[in-house]
Amino acid sequence: MSDKRNIIIGVIIFILLMTIPIWLNLATGTSTERPELEKPKGDACVMDKEYMTSYHMDLLNEWREEVVRNGEREHIAPDGKKYDRSLTNTCLDCHPSKEKFCDQCHNYLGVKPYCWSCHIVPEEFK
Amino acid sequence: MKLFISLILVLILIGIPLIGSNVSGLVYLFGVIIPYIAILTFVIGMSVRVLKWAKIPVPFKITTTCGQQKSLPWINNNNLESPHNTAGVFWRMALEVLFFRSLFRNTRTGLKEGPKIVYGPDKILWAASLAFHWSFLVIFIRHFKIFLQEVPQFIPLLESLDGFMQIGLPILFMTDAALLLGLTVLFLRRIVDPKLRYISLVADYFPLLLIIGIALTGVWMRYFGKVDIISVKQFTLGLFSFQPIIPDGISAIFFAHLFLVSALLIYFPLSKLVHFGGIFLSPTRNMSNNNREVRHINPWNPKVKLHTYEEWEDEFRDVMKAADMPLEKE
Ligand code: HEC
Ligand code: HEC
Ligand code: HEC
Repeated sequence: MSDKRNIIIGVIIFILLMTIPIWLNLATGTSTERPELEKPKGDACVMDKEYMTSYHMDLLNEWREEVVRNGEREHIAPDGKKYDRSLTNTCLDCHPSKEKFCDQCHNYLGVKPYCWSCHIVPEEFK
Repeated sequence: MKLFISLILVLILIGIPLIGSNVSGLVYLFGVIIPYIAILTFVIGMSVRVLKWAKIPVPFKITTTCGQQKSLPWINNNNLESPHNTAGVFWRMALEVLFFRSLFRNTRTGLKEGPKIVYGPDKILWAASLAFHWSFLVIFIRHFKIFLQEVPQFIPLLESLDGFMQIGLPILFMTDAALLLGLTVLFLRRIVDPKLRYISLVADYFPLLLIIGIALTGVWMRYFGKVDIISVKQFTLGLFSFQPIIPDGISAIFFAHLFLVSALLIYFPLSKLVHFGGIFLSPTRNMSNNNREVRHINPWNPKVKLHTYEEWEDEFRDVMKAADMPLEKE
């Protein structure tokens, strides 16, 4: 009595599963390019760029909290400019195309922010 | 003492890449060479260990079960506890692998006044293990958004389920919390209970602390000291398509995370963590109890020279007849 055959099948399945990123990437092809972003309006974001790239969701969370809970609608950028804390009116004003800006990164990583079920994307209404 | 050895080991493992990856030239070592070695060690090492087990002969059915085996038609059998066919074994194994059924039956021994020994249920170990293992699996699957160029559709779905509570931004994944909670319980269990502390070895503390280290660096990168995940994904895609590149702007904490994962992968086939493969080969769980249906003969039993009754009778027929003994054949 021996289960050698089953065990070997199991080991093969294990090896295939563990190397699956290699095969799937081979099938779709990979590129090590950064996703391309539409050039924003204006010359600086509401915070410096490094912060925005990685921490924009924290900023949005803070904005949401401040506006909805505390009624504080004013954001002062590092360069002293004042902005209205608004997802649609401010962010999407300088980054008018959600599809060509936000979604470029988000699709790259399969991130699907749930904000847009309530907040309007102006370009979709044109 | 054993605890401190393990703790220091893990701290060293975090420290090496934190310092090393800042030294130019060494980044390639931590980002490319070590991860490749680790993945190879893991896949080959695990396969070799399991194939080695496959060579070990299994002469008999081991049927330590806690259910009525299949016998006469009017005796109810329990095909889950004591399966007599492959389907039953499949379900028993599935429950074992997916829900740790044996661990669920775990009991603890306690001393009551008297002194009296009492045995009671101990579901905490089971619950913490289940939380830990499942969270680890979900987190591993979620990582495929970083491993694959085209993110498969089910990953955003999994993430939305995982972030169902919509707490904060980036959304808190419940598995992240469950993983750390489960690990903490598993770890505290070993320190708080004197009996367990007594039998715990470096090989028990070290993997726990190593995985806690992995979880903490991961959680740190997602919620607190963020890394630029876009660069990280460029890096992993390069790794998996064998054109390794190291984009600028990946912080040292990512290399610490990667180094700990590499350490875990290398440690895996060398340690008790092989239970990942071993659970599938648990003899008391994966053997059907069909001893009454099929005769199992140990393949290397020595050939016994048989002398059946018929042959015996043939040999002594005359003597037996003379002594008036009953005969099968006249
Ligand atoms: C005044 C116009 C303006 C507003 C308002 C604005 N941005 Fe920006 N944003 C920019 C510019 C310009 C850049 C490019 C900065 C650079 O390259 O130095 C940028 C960069 C970014 C980046 C980094 C892109 C990269 O290449 O990594 C992100 C993310 C971002 N913005 C998100 C937001 C979000 C979210 C909001 C709303 C909270 C917002 N922006 C509001 C102008 C703006
Ligand atoms: C259930 C619907 C809903 C969802 C989903 C939602 N919001 Fe809002 N949000 C609102 C409402 C309602 C307000 C209040 C608008 C006001 O007072 O101007 C608001 C206000 C805000 C504000 C400040 C005011 C403004 O004009 O933008 C920000 C920033 C914001 N939300 C960000 C987000 C982000 C980021 C997400 C996704 C993670 C999100 N919201 C998801 C309903 C929603
Ligand atoms: C540089 C690439 C990039 C750009 C541009 C970008 N994001 Fe993001 N965003 C990310 C990444 C990466 C995450 C996921 C972070 C994580 O999972 O830890 C994210 C997450 C978020 C989240 C949190 C989602 C969640 O479920 O946790 C929100 C909200 C968000 N982005 C809003 C925006 C908006 C609005 C814009 C456009 C104005 C934008 N982002 C542009 C990279 C980007």
